[in-house]
This record gives sequence, structure tokens and C-alpha cells, in this order.
Amino acid sequence: MKRKHQVVGHSVRKIDALSLACGKPMFVPDLVPPGALHVKMLWSPHAHARITSIDTSVAEAMPGVKLVLHHGNVPRVAHTTAGQGFPEPSPYDTFMFDHKVRFVGDRVAAVIAETPEQAAAAVGAIKVEYDILEAVLDPHDADREGAPVIHDQPETHVPIPVPYEPEKNVAARVGMDIGSIDDAMAAADVSLDHTYATHYAQHVPMEPHVAFAEPANDGRITIVTSTQVPFHVRRIIAQTLEIPVRQLRVIKPRIGGGFGVKQEILLEDVVALGAIRTGRPVYWKYTRAEEFISARTRHPIETRLRMAATKDGVVTGIGMDCLSNTGAYGSHALTVVCNAGSKMLPLYRSPNIHFTGTAVYTNLPVGGAYRGYGATQSSLAVECMVDELAEKLGMDPLQFRLKNHIRSGETSPVFRALGEGKAGVEQSIGSCKLEQCIKLGAKEIGWRRRGRPENKKGRYRTGIGMAALMQGSSIPEIDMGAASIKMNEDGSFNLLMGATDLGTGSDTVLGQIAAEALSTTIDKILVYSSDTDMTPFDVGAYASSTTYLSGSAVRNCAEKVRKQILKVAASMLDCKVGELAIADAMVAKKDGTASVSFADVATHSMYASDQHQIGDMSSHITHKSPPPFSAHFAEVEVDTWTGAVKVLNYVAAVDCGTAINPKLAEGQTEGGVLNGISFALTEDYRFNSRGVMQNASLMHYKIFSMRDKPPIKTILVPSYEKTGPFGAKSVSEICINGPIPAIANAIYNATGVRLYRSPFTAETVWRALAEG
Amino acid sequence: MNRTISCTINGTERTLEVEPSEKLSSLMRRLGLKSVKVGCNEGCCGTCTVLVDGRTVYSCLAYAASVDGRNVRTVEHLGSIDRPNPIQQALADEGAVQCGFCIPAMVLSAEELLEKNPRPTADEMRKHLDGNLCRCTGYEKIESALMKLAGKEEDV
Ligand code: FES
Ligand code: FES
Repeated sequence: MKRKHQVVGHSVRKIDALSLACGKPMFVPDLVPPGALHVKMLWSPHAHARITSIDTSVAEAMPGVKLVLHHGNVPRVAHTTAGQGFPEPSPYDTFMFDHKVRFVGDRVAAVIAETPEQAAAAVGAIKVEYDILEAVLDPHDADREGAPVIHDQPETHVPIPVPYEPEKNVAARVGMDIGSIDDAMAAADVSLDHTYATHYAQHVPMEPHVAFAEPANDGRITIVTSTQVPFHVRRIIAQTLEIPVRQLRVIKPRIGGGFGVKQEILLEDVVALGAIRTGRPVYWKYTRAEEFISARTRHPIETRLRMAATKDGVVTGIGMDCLSNTGAYGSHALTVVCNAGSKMLPLYRSPNIHFTGTAVYTNLPVGGAYRGYGATQSSLAVECMVDELAEKLGMDPLQFRLKNHIRSGETSPVFRALGEGKAGVEQSIGSCKLEQCIKLGAKEIGWRRRGRPENKKGRYRTGIGMAALMQGSSIPEIDMGAASIKMNEDGSFNLLMGATDLGTGSDTVLGQIAAEALSTTIDKILVYSSDTDMTPFDVGAYASSTTYLSGSAVRNCAEKVRKQILKVAASMLDCKVGELAIADAMVAKKDGTASVSFADVATHSMYASDQHQIGDMSSHITHKSPPPFSAHFAEVEVDTWTGAVKVLNYVAAVDCGTAINPKLAEGQTEGGVLNGISFALTEDYRFNSRGVMQNASLMHYKIFSMRDKPPIKTILVPSYEKTGPFGAKSVSEICINGPIPAIANAIYNATGVRLYRSPFTAETVWRALAEG
Repeated sequence: MNRTISCTINGTERTLEVEPSEKLSSLMRRLGLKSVKVGCNEGCCGTCTVLVDGRTVYSCLAYAASVDGRNVRTVEHLGSIDRPNPIQQALADEGAVQCGFCIPAMVLSAEELLEKNPRPTADEMRKHLDGNLCRCTGYEKIESALMKLAGKEEDV
């Protein structure tokens, strides 16, 4: 369905791009009020211990020290740090400070002082005695008989009825069965049964977590924070500090990247309580090492996958059992492991589907939301097994995917079975251009020239691999976004919304949607977002929801305002609304005899007759989560002597519905792809035997730089999603899921060796090659 | 013991008091030059880049006192929203600015290169910007914006 749009579908310049390129002070650290106090945290040096005593008297007497917070002097409220819909599907297992520490990097006490140096010195003067407990450092040990119980405090509970067994270190369980995977495996012409595993990784936003809180003149507290979820911050801080929501105002200015890690409420309680108790602004920014250790990570997941097929290549069964390591707290534990199943299992039609997901506690860093959200982890299993199964059948893996993937008009029982903490929502696929993605991507990478591994010789061998992907767009019947629009006398509009731009460009994209629906230009839309005092509610930026969900709220609101404009214009032109048409910020009689500009209309409504403010507010919830689809292709070169893998070329063909802003959609894809490549090849957490991360620095945790980057080619394959604003779905998350399987499959195509565990460092690849 | 230094910052001669342990990044931010970001404070990310006598320096590693007698520039001096420098304009137009946290430093590194070598190859460009990490863009649009700019200068 082709439609002509003036603003949507055009790569208008991101509205904040020049301000950012000119270095304007727009980030949290740039806005800290003068005279702010500084926070330093004493972090646990032990993986698992009880605090038997804590003596802060020396620290408190040190120069500049204003306040020391610890478990003895703060409210004890069980909560989750996960910024999710309320009540959350994550367990309430966290306290602001506790008398127990559960991982190296857990909070012990916070010092608030005049300078960071004074705060750091005082941290060193806090005396803590610990009763060191046995630690669980391997997720396989978590639910063994006699394993130490990590959450043994009585207050811990789940706020919604979901399986939760803290006495067994089980943070979450989920599952579903359609038909019988065992029967399918027994009856299959070909079948495979393997275990795959993905590793720890961090989001590494260039700006670490940072926030300040400031007492306002009206006695309230303003929190300015680098967050993806300002409204969840307000609710959760009110909950943990036991103060009314109305006491708080939360503002998100520009933020230096999020990728999921800022869907977590990690600093705001300390700065807010600090500001309340001292009456001064309080500022806290994580160091890079703290970001690695004490922020959130990608849950490592081990996936046993079974697949069955007939000899002509029809999938008859798929069974997935996931063991997720949620670390010391259950933040996003249930939903990430659930999404490992719910986002990848519907990709291939199958009469028999089995899924279990278990998330266990360990005394290791805490998992959280990370772009891709479980699907990144399970895509390694599904897409590598599909490749292997096709090979076993003697089929081209590309043809195998084309034969089995879900299509427009089809549904999957998985949609209904797996929701987020409750049953899912049934949906049939609207738009799906996966077939075109696969074909166009294959052509671009040169799929035909990939050859067979057994014919490749020599030290350096090249190979090509692919992966097919799907994600979702918003969490249906859970998430809500709202927007309000008011008109100004020059014909411009204030667009106020709770939606949260992390640098993704959502302010621009949503501004484009408003401009299109109002038949005006983007420069007439003044976007202001993410301020809990000023803008309507929005759940925030996660679950690939902003364009699809908040975008619909914006469009609905703009359409209501458009009607109001017509009504005023009709009275000005003394005619019926039906005689009028809007174009280019003008309202004209269809017969061409008279017209008024938006500025005339707004001015008239303010000053002339029947005065009123033209403006409205709309909310939106979704009843579907239409998946974007994508096909990724990687060409790699493997040095068989050293195991080093180099990505030579990468192609990502993506069906995100209508790309509201094609350049920004490409940018999302390229950024996600490179993050995925770097996750696949170099990023990893190395722990010692006591659970201490050994490489908490960008010196030793390698993310890709410009020189490491292969050429990345994005192909946008347009489709039209009827339920989305101007046909849009989502684009932000899906792109990170491709590199791990596409690269693993390319390594196989180069060397004939299959990899089942990430990352694919030179060492792991070399070992796999040595073992053959 | 504080030290007095004189230097030129963004075109203005300044005499400043600095502590011997103060880092250049801290001095810059203290002076209100908030384009100088501190992404890691350990010399790894490049977001704190400034130009000292035309050469890029990680200001989180350099001591403030080390710029005594030198000329320091940040993006605040390179362009404004009304009159952006061509690099700022190119990055904005190409969709290369996502969160923007890395971008001021990227602009300065590109400026250093293009001042010396207005027509770099893509490889020279990539090598030169290697010390500036970006987690949002995958560098693709940054590279294409700058290469287009380099190409344009070739035409002139
Ligand atoms: S802050 Fe200086 S290099 Fe990262
Ligand atoms: S644009 Fe976000 S780090 Fe580069």
C-alpha cells in the first residue's frame, strides 16, 4: 500500500542534532546546580555475606561529610529496580540498603559530602564486619540441594501471581506446550538436540548512569536523571522512600545512550533521599567500573534446543528450555527469559512447540533489560540450529527458512501462551516482508558464492552465514503512551509527551507523525518530552514501543486537534466543516474561494470569538505487538592458525513497516548491528573464583571502534502495518539479535566447525577448530 | 599549592588558578565548557577530547596545568546552531547524531584530521577517529557524513 506523505517517510534532520553537535549543555551532568553534594558508594567486596556490624562514626566526622546512608537509617521497602508496568512482573527482592550483600558490587553504604574526594575518603573510613556466606557462582548450582539461599529475607515477594521460589534460588519460571515435542522428535526424519549458551555483557552507554535531585522551592524534590522510564522512576522512588508521588518531579533531559540499562532505577533513591535529608542538591554519577559491575547486564542464558523436521524440510517440532542467570536480583528475570521463547518461537510454523524458561539467582552481577531482551540470547540457538538442520537435510538454509517462516495472515499459539507475567495476546501477523528481506539480503551479500566448508583450504578462510529474526512492537494490553498537543497563535504546536528519547530520535519521529497528521512542517512542532510534571504519562522507552505505541497516541491526538482547527475555520469562513480541506498549514474551501492559515485560526480562537485553547490529549494502548522482521547476513574471515574472526561485510535487511524517518531507522539498525557484532566477538565478563569481575574497564572490555567496523549495509524493506501510525512497526531492538547467529553460521561455512557458546573470541574459535 | 596558568581557551586569553591534581576535563567543565564529556575518565572512550594547539588530547588524562601557554579549543568555539561548522552540519544532516554524547569529541577529531588532510581516504578517516568510541551509531553514518564532506571539499 503506497501512500504519499509530506513529512513521514522523509529523513528530516533530527531536531536536536545540531544542538548536540554544538555541545550545548543538555545532559544531566551539564545541568547540576551549583553547590551540589556528591555521592560515593561503598560497594560489597564479597559475593555473599551478612553485614554483622557497620560503624560510620569516623566517616561521619570527616571533613565535608554531610550524610551517610546504610541499612540502619533508611526505609526498608522491598521493591524491584526494574522500570516496568505496574505491578511489575519482577520480584520485590531489593532494598535501598540491606543487611545482606548478594554480589561483589552490591550496595553497603553511601557517603554524601561536599566534594567527590571527601566522599571517597569517608567511604574508606566506614568499618564493616561481614559474616561471609557460601556463594552461588554457577547458575547450575543455584537450585541444587543444600545450595545457599540468596534471598532468605521474609519481605521478598512477587507483586503478581507468577511462579517464584526464592528458597530454591528460582527467580522465575514460565513455560508452554502445544502438542508434544517428544513425539515430534521420535517421529522426525531428522532432528537435532543441542545446548547453546550466551555470555554476560554490558550495554556500555557512553554516558554512565547519572542523576541529581534538588529540593524545589515548593518543598518538593526534582530528580533529573538519565533514564528511559521517568514515570516509573517517580513511582518507584515514591514507593521506596515512602513519600507521595506528588512530592516528586522527574525530568529526563538528553541522555547519553540507554539500550535498556537505563530502564532500571539505580541512583535516584540515593540522590532523592540525600536531597530530602540535607536540603541540598545531591549529584551522583557512576564511574565506568561501577557501570560494569553495579549497573545491569545482559542475562546469560543457556538454551537447550530441539528441532524436528520431515525429510522434505518441514518443521514438525521445536522445543526450547532456557536457564537464565539473573544474578543477585530478579530484575527482568521473568520477562527476559519469557521473551527468549515468545520472540523467537513464532518465527517458524510448527505443530509441536515446547518451552520452559527458568531464571535463577546467583551471586553475580545483576541481569536487566538489554536491547533484544532475551531474543538476542535465543536467536543464537534457533538460527544456528536451523542452519544445521538444513545442512543435515541437504537443503540451502535460506530455502529452509523461506519454506517454514511465519507469513502475513498466519498466527502462532505462542502469542497467546506467553505474555509478560500473564497470558499473552492472540494476534495474527499483519505485515511481513521477511521473504523479501531474505532475498534482497542474500543478493546484496552474494549468498551464491559462499561455497561449502569442505572445499575451503589455507590459513585464512571466508564464509557467509545468515539469520532470520523477529521481535515485537510494544507490550500489548499492558503498555500505555499518551500525548497532548496545544496550538499557538503563529500556527505552531507544542507536542508534550511522556515518551522518552534516548538518542534514538523518537522526539523527531513523533514530531514527524504530529506534523503529518496536522498537515504542517516539522519546524512547527515544538517537542517537549519526559517531564512528569508537564507531560502526560508514558511507560517509557522499552519493548520497541515508542514509534508504534506512543506514535499512535500522537497521531490520535493530532487528529483530534485537526478537527478543532476545522471547526474554528468553518466558523471563520462561515461554511460547513465538510466544505473545507487542510493542506500545508492552511484551511481552504474546497471550491477554492477562501482560505485561512493555521496562524489565523489559532489567533482567532484565542482573541476573536468563542475563545478557547485549541488542543487535546490522547492515550493509546495496543492490542497487538506486530513483529518487525529482518534477515541478517555476515561474511567473515577466519584465521585458522589463531582463531581470530574478522567480519568483512554485514547486511541487514529489515521490515519495520513504514520507516517514519529512514535515516534514523538505518542508524538504529547500524548501531544495533555493531553492538551485536562486538558482543559476538569481543565483549565478555571475566570473573575470578570469588565472583569479582576482572575486566571492568574499557581498556579490558573491548567494544568496537570505528576501525573495527565492517561495512554495514542496511536495506529497509517497506511494509504497511495497518495498526501502526502511518504503517509503522518498530526497529530498535531486532537489529542486535542477528550478529551472533549470522557470524556463528558464517564461521561454520568458513571452517566446518559449529560453535555453541558465545563469545567467539580467537581463543574459543581456536579451541573449537583444534577439537574439530 | 594552586598554580596560576595562562592559556587561550576558545580564542580568549585566560589566567586561571588550578590545583596541581586537577584534570583538564574538570577545568573545562568548571569553565562552563560542557561539550567536554567524561565517559570513562580512564583514557579509553575519547568523549573528553579537546584540541590543544590543534591536536586532540584526552582531557581526562591531561592535567589542567599542562595547557599553560597553549591554545585550547572545544566545539563551543567551532560553531553555533545558527552557524555550525561544516563538520557539525554534515553529521547532523546525515543522521549521524544519535544520543550525541560522543559527537562533540568526534567533531574535534575530524577537525584535526581535515585541517591537516582535507581529502582523507575512508581508511585514514577510520584510523584517525579510532580513539572516539560511539555506542549508538555503529559509526556508519559518521563515516559517510565525513567522507561526503571530504568529497565536497575536493570539489571546491
Ligand atoms: S573520558 Fe577521557 S577518554 Fe573517556
Ligand atoms: S551518538 Fe551516542 S555515543 Fe555516539
